Amino acid sequence: MADGTSIPIGAIAPGKTAGRRGTMRKFAQRRSTIGFLLCLPLILLIAGFVIYPAFYAIYLSMLNKKMTAFVGLGNFAFLLQRHTFQLVIFQSCLFAITAVVLKAFIGFILAHLMHNIPGKNQRIWRGLLLVPWVIPLALSTLTWWWMFDPSYSAFNWVLNQFGLANVPWLGVGWIARFCTITVNVWFGTPFFMIMYLAALKSVPEQLYEAASIDGAGTMQKLFFVTLPMMRNIIAITVLFSLIVTFADFDIVRILTAGGPQDMTHVFATYAFQVGIQSGDIPLGASVSLFMFPILAFAAFFVLRGVTQRTKEIAT
Amino acid sequence: MTTAKTTNRKTTGKMTRRSALKLAAASAALPLVHIRSGRAAGKLSMAFWDHWVPSGNAVMQKQVDAWAAKNQVEVQVDFITSVGQKNILTIAAEAQAKTGHDMQAFPTWEVQNNAELLEPIDDVMKRLTDKYGPVNAVCDYLAKVKGHWMAVPTSSGTQYKGPCGRISVLKEKAGLDVVSMYPAKPGHTAASDAWTWDAHYTAAEACAKAGMPFAIGLGQTTDSVDTAGALFRAYGAELVDKDGNITVKSDKVRAVLEHGQKLVKVLPADAVSYDDASNNRALISGQSALVWNPPSAWAVAKRDAPKVAEDCWTFSAPSGPEGRFLPYLPYFWGVWSFSKNKTAAKELIEALLQREPVEARCTEVLGYDVPPFDSMLDFKVWEDVGPPKGTVYNYPIRPFHNAKAHIAALPAPPDIAVQIYNRGTMPTMLAKLKSGQSIDQVIAWANDELEGFAR
Repeated sequence: MADGTSIPIGAIAPGKTAGRRGTMRKFAQRRSTIGFLLCLPLILLIAGFVIYPAFYAIYLSMLNKKMTAFVGLGNFAFLLQRHTFQLVIFQSCLFAITAVVLKAFIGFILAHLMHNIPGKNQRIWRGLLLVPWVIPLALSTLTWWWMFDPSYSAFNWVLNQFGLANVPWLGVGWIARFCTITVNVWFGTPFFMIMYLAALKSVPEQLYEAASIDGAGTMQKLFFVTLPMMRNIIAITVLFSLIVTFADFDIVRILTAGGPQDMTHVFATYAFQVGIQSGDIPLGASVSLFMFPILAFAAFFVLRGVTQRTKEIAT
Repeated sequence: MTTAKTTNRKTTGKMTRRSALKLAAASAALPLVHIRSGRAAGKLSMAFWDHWVPSGNAVMQKQVDAWAAKNQVEVQVDFITSVGQKNILTIAAEAQAKTGHDMQAFPTWEVQNNAELLEPIDDVMKRLTDKYGPVNAVCDYLAKVKGHWMAVPTSSGTQYKGPCGRISVLKEKAGLDVVSMYPAKPGHTAASDAWTWDAHYTAAEACAKAGMPFAIGLGQTTDSVDTAGALFRAYGAELVDKDGNITVKSDKVRAVLEHGQKLVKVLPADAVSYDDASNNRALISGQSALVWNPPSAWAVAKRDAPKVAEDCWTFSAPSGPEGRFLPYLPYFWGVWSFSKNKTAAKELIEALLQREPVEARCTEVLGYDVPPFDSMLDFKVWEDVGPPKGTVYNYPIRPFHNAKAHIAALPAPPDIAVQIYNRGTMPTMLAKLKSGQSIDQVIAWANDELEGFAR
C-alpha cells in the first residue's frame, strides 16, 4: 500500500503517539476547553455581527463624506457645532433617562404588587403584564401610532365623547416627546417588573421576620431590607435598559420619524436620516457612535458598584 | 523533442503567433459582446421597485420573462418595497458590499448618492433619446454626473404630485370649477391662468372654514417636501443656488414665507405630523377638499370610498411669480459597476423602456407611472380611466398646462440638495411659521441648517 495515503506501521514511535494522544485527550477534557468550544459558535457570531460592524462603524466615522479621505475626529467636531445635533443629544438623554427612571419606578411597584398576590392568580397577572414586552415592538408601536393618528386617533375620539377638543398628539414637540416616552415605558416596564419580582423572591424571609421582631415598619423593611438586597439587580437592570433605550429606533421612527421639527429625534433615527436617507454614511456612523462613550461611562460606574457590593457580601 | 513539437505546430498551421494574438484580443473583447446563444449571456439579477399596484409587478415580470426567453438569459427579478425605505437600505448595503444585483431601481436622489459605483449608461440614453426625444430637466439634474448619464430615468414608480381635489366641495365651498379649469381634453383654458398660489390660498381658506381643509402636510416626508418645493420654486425662492451659495436671506424667500404664513393657518392642526399616508387618509375619509398626491389616493378611494373617488379630479399646480411648477419624483434604473453582466443589463433596460412595454405597464397601473420622455405623455390610459372619466387626464404635464416638472431643492448642487430634501428643510420652515415663529427666526434657523449641509 504505497499509495501515499497510509502510514506504514512503525513509522511513528508508539510511545510518542500515545503521549501526544494523551495530551490531546487531557486538553479536550479540560473544563475550560469544553467551555470554550461550547461558546465558540456564540463568540464567532458576536465577532461577525457585533465586533466587526462596531470597528467598521468606527472606521467609517473617520472618513469624509465621499469616503475617500481620513478625517480623524472631524465628523464628531462638526456634529457638536450643529444646533440640530445638540437638540438630538438633549432629546436622546431626555428620552432614555426619563423612560428608564419611569420603567424602574413602575416596574418596582408592579413587582411588589405581584409579589403579594397569592398562588395561581399571580401567574395569570404576571403573564398578562408581560404581554407588552412579548409583542414585537414595531407591531405594538404601529398600534400606538394608530391611536395617536391625526385623522383617526382613538384617544381623540374618546376626548370628543366627553366634549373635549382634539389633541395633536404627534404634532406638537413636547406632546410628541411625551408620546414616544410613554410607548417606551409601556413596552419596557414588564422587563423591570419580572427582574424585580425574581429579586424579591430571592430575599430570605428570615430577614423580614428578624426586622419585624426588631419593630421595623413596612417602609423601614423596604429601605433597610428589600432595597439593599435588590441593589445589584436594580443596577444591572437599569444599565441594561439604559443601553437598549439609548439605542431605540423603532418607536421614534414609527411614531414621529423624528418630527415635528426634529423635536423627537434620538441618535438612532437621526443617524438613519443623515447616513442612509441623505447619503452621508460617515456622518451617520459618527452620530450613532456618540452613544458609545455615554454608555461606556455609565456601564463602568454601574458595574464597578456591582463588583464592590458583591465583594462586600462575600467578605 | 521540444524543437520537433514547435515545428510541428508551425507546420500544421494550428497556432501561429498572429492567430494567438487574434484569439487573445477576441477573448478580451468577449465580455463586451452580448452573445445570443443558448445561455451564453449568462445570468442577470434585477431589483425593481415593488409597485403599490400589485398587477404592476406582474406585468413587469411578464415583460422581463419575455425578454429573457428571447435572449436566452437567466434573469432573477426581485421587487423591493419602498415601505420603511427598504429599497434605500438595500442600495446602501449593496454599495458597501460591492455585490448584489446587476441592475437596481434607484429612487430620486440615490443615483447621485451612488454615482461613483454606477456604470455610465450614455449609450442607452443616446439611443432612447434619439428615438423618443429628450427627458425633462429634473431627470437631467438627478442622473447626469459630470456630463454622463449614470442611470436611465424610468417610468416604473415615477410620479407627479399635483393637486387632487373634490370637484363638488371645491365648487360649493370655494367657487372653483376644476373640471372646466382643467377639462379632460386638449386645449388651454383662461380659467387655468387664474389658478395661482393666491387662488389656492383663497380656496384653502374657504374649505377650511367649511371643515374640509386642504390636507397639505408640513412633516418631513416626501409629500410635504414636494408640495413645499413647488411653492418655493413658484416664488423663485432658492435656499441654495446652483453654485452652492446659501441664498436663504433673500427677498424671494421672504416673499414665499409671507405667503406661507397665511397658508399654514388654514391647514389642519396636525399638518406638522403628517406622513405620506396622512393626506391620502384625509381625502379618502371625506375630511379634505384637496391633497397633493399622485392618483394612488384616488385609486384607493375607488376601492374603499367609491363616492369620494367619483368626486375627485387631478389637475396642474398653481402658478406663482416665477411660473407653474409641478412636483416630480422620478425613479431610475442603473447598472452597478461591479455587475458581472453589464451588457445584458443595459439591453434589458433599453428593451423595457420602449414605448410599447412602457405603455403596457402604465395602463396596468391606471396611469400612476409617468414615462420619462415627453413624447410618451399621450397614452390613452389617462383619458380612459375613471370614474369620473378623465379624472387623471391632467395628471401628466400637458403642453398647454404651461408647467414644468420640479423637485424641491433644485438647482442646489445635488450633494446639498439631497440633504435639504431628506431633512425636509422647506416644510419645516413652514411648520415653524405654524408654531408661531417669525419669518426672521425661520430664516435664521434655515441658514444655520444649510451651513451644516454645505460641509
